[in-house]
Amino acid sequence: MKSRIDARFAALKAEDRAAFVAYVMAGDPNRATALEILKGLPAAGADLIELGFPFSDPMAEGPPIQKAAQRALKDGMTLKGVLDLAAEFRQGDDTTPLIMMGYLNPLVTWGFEAFAQAAAAAGIDGLIIVDCPPEEADPLADALDAADISLIRLATPTTDDKRLPVVLRRTSGFVYYVSVTGVTGAKEADAEAVRPAVARIRAASGLPVAVGFGIRTPERAGAIAQVADAAVVGSALVDEVAEALERNEDVTARVLSKVQSLAKAVRSARTTPVSA
Amino acid sequence: MNAPTHPQAPPATPNDFAAYPDANGRFGEFGGRYVAETLMPLVLDLEAAYLATKEDAAFQAELNGLLTHYVGRPSPLYFAERLTDHFGGAKIYFKREDLNHTGAHKINNCIGQILLARRMGKTRIIAETGAGQHGVATATVCARFGLPCVVYMGAVDVARQRPNVFRMNLLGAEVTPVTSGASTLKDAMNEALRDWVTNVEDTYYLIGSAAGPHPYPMMVRDFQAIMGREIREQIIEAEGRLPDAVVACVGGGSNAIGTFHPFLNDEQVRIIGVEAAGDGMGTDRHAAAINGGRPGVLHGNKTYLLQDAEGQITEAHSISAGLDYPGIGPEHSWLHDVGRAQYLTCTDTEALDAFKLCAELEGIIPALESAHAIARLSDIARDVGKGGVVVMNLSGRGDKDVATVADHLGRTI
Repeated sequence: MKSRIDARFAALKAEDRAAFVAYVMAGDPNRATALEILKGLPAAGADLIELGFPFSDPMAEGPPIQKAAQRALKDGMTLKGVLDLAAEFRQGDDTTPLIMMGYLNPLVTWGFEAFAQAAAAAGIDGLIIVDCPPEEADPLADALDAADISLIRLATPTTDDKRLPVVLRRTSGFVYYVSVTGVTGAKEADAEAVRPAVARIRAASGLPVAVGFGIRTPERAGAIAQVADAAVVGSALVDEVAEALERNEDVTARVLSKVQSLAKAVRSARTTPVSA
Repeated sequence: MNAPTHPQAPPATPNDFAAYPDANGRFGEFGGRYVAETLMPLVLDLEAAYLATKEDAAFQAELNGLLTHYVGRPSPLYFAERLTDHFGGAKIYFKREDLNHTGAHKINNCIGQILLARRMGKTRIIAETGAGQHGVATATVCARFGLPCVVYMGAVDVARQRPNVFRMNLLGAEVTPVTSGASTLKDAMNEALRDWVTNVEDTYYLIGSAAGPHPYPMMVRDFQAIMGREIREQIIEAEGRLPDAVVACVGGGSNAIGTFHPFLNDEQVRIIGVEAAGDGMGTDRHAAAINGGRPGVLHGNKTYLLQDAEGQITEAHSISAGLDYPGIGPEHSWLHDVGRAQYLTCTDTEALDAFKLCAELEGIIPALESAHAIARLSDIARDVGKGGVVVMNLSGRGDKDVATVADHLGRTI
């Protein structure tokens, strides 16, 4: 069976456009709202969804996603709760890829094999684990392989030619290029600097390359969409949650409206040139 | 002085405890390199650079010169006669790390790592600190070598360790209060990692504990193992034999592993660590990762951690800010699991009593961290018995703690 990730990227390639990937934190600001947002994402223009699962000590995140994780944990979100959200989403959408993103320790606690089986049953397609580099990934990769879940690998500006094959070993689905050295949501990605890196990773992996960690605006998302196979936005969406809460506005409406504007920019990027 | 591994090769035994970590930075199942991909090339470079220094005579000469003339090594091994009489068991010796420059063992590691940072061409140093002892030691070596220094410190710790914050400022370091998470040591370490992942070109992360991703647990241990090597020579000179037990407090565990490591293959030497039990092991307010936690992954390594049923890291609690950490160095986790070392606990109250006892009987005000080890000496000395010898690492002096202790005794100073 062709994976949802492969099918989605193949379809977008036929359309000659990049994917827009929306990152949301499961359970932020609470379970009901997070589910509402999740269900609304595909219609708002998200081609793939990264579903963050909260961890107490997210060492690669900037303040927006740190705070989102704290809101979710405070509301009682658990790893099982994240899979339940995914399963509810899957009842109404069997095609949008769902990629869970987070840190290793909650998975260690659950047990890799049991977690992978439960995640597959919930309709999860891929996993991005920030603190699990390839050198440490084999036990997790074995469990995910057995459940047909892709372990998405991260390449970064510090990944040189010598290291790239190590990073790409046992990868599938797509490769996530972290476009800046830094935490999420801090620096801005430069499309011209990203272009050669994406080309290099695409050639070495034969997989689509998604770019994230530094895309906050429709302009930037559009510029990245011209050079990469997917543009990922996380912190800017999570900030919408925080601002809506602060101003007592409708959280779901704010997040989905932001998704619409970002998705629109990505969809039109290769037909309407945007200046980066 | 000798190279920073062993003065003499440890005896080869069927199970060579001193041979770890393996090439992947593993002590059994513990340790490893669980860092973001951005940092992987950096920790690999660091490992290569560190291993090269072991063979480099000029590096070793510079390190040994600074340890002698700047830190004041070797530190004395002191026979604690009145405490020995008081407990009525084995002879008790203190390794006097409290007499080092900056007042604790932390400087041993900082000297080694600052020389390494210079060799690697790094021009900016970052560190995390809890109580401020490692921050002060790092600020000290940065001043000595003219390197800018940023110390991350939880906002809660900044408030309760004002004198050390001022010391770091006097030494030219910038202290950045961390308000993420619970605003304590683990959050300071998260923030230091976030800085490092952002400033990959010029920045050296000077970790103070035998924790973090490989090669830090190995490297910090090696730089701290000078304490255990000196103990070995000094106790043989004083008693003509090895001790029956070596004892140290354990937070992250750098003073303990530095004490223990040169004795790991001397199986007749009991190895005893003391974790902080805070309000008590029956409560959820303690900092005893081995006695009250389970294995998991945090801050770049797999080790025993305080965590909830979901794998979320929980807050540690101890009267001693230096032990107030939810993890422990991975080598300790392994030594515990294979049964080579034993890890006891000590409550805040017991540590306070030991703090006072040591001041009154020996005229030494110990760090509250070290007081945790002193508190268990009564049992250990009795257990080993008369005619036996116990060496405890008095890892730091207690001047920094007098305000905390006064507070707990209900006294205003």
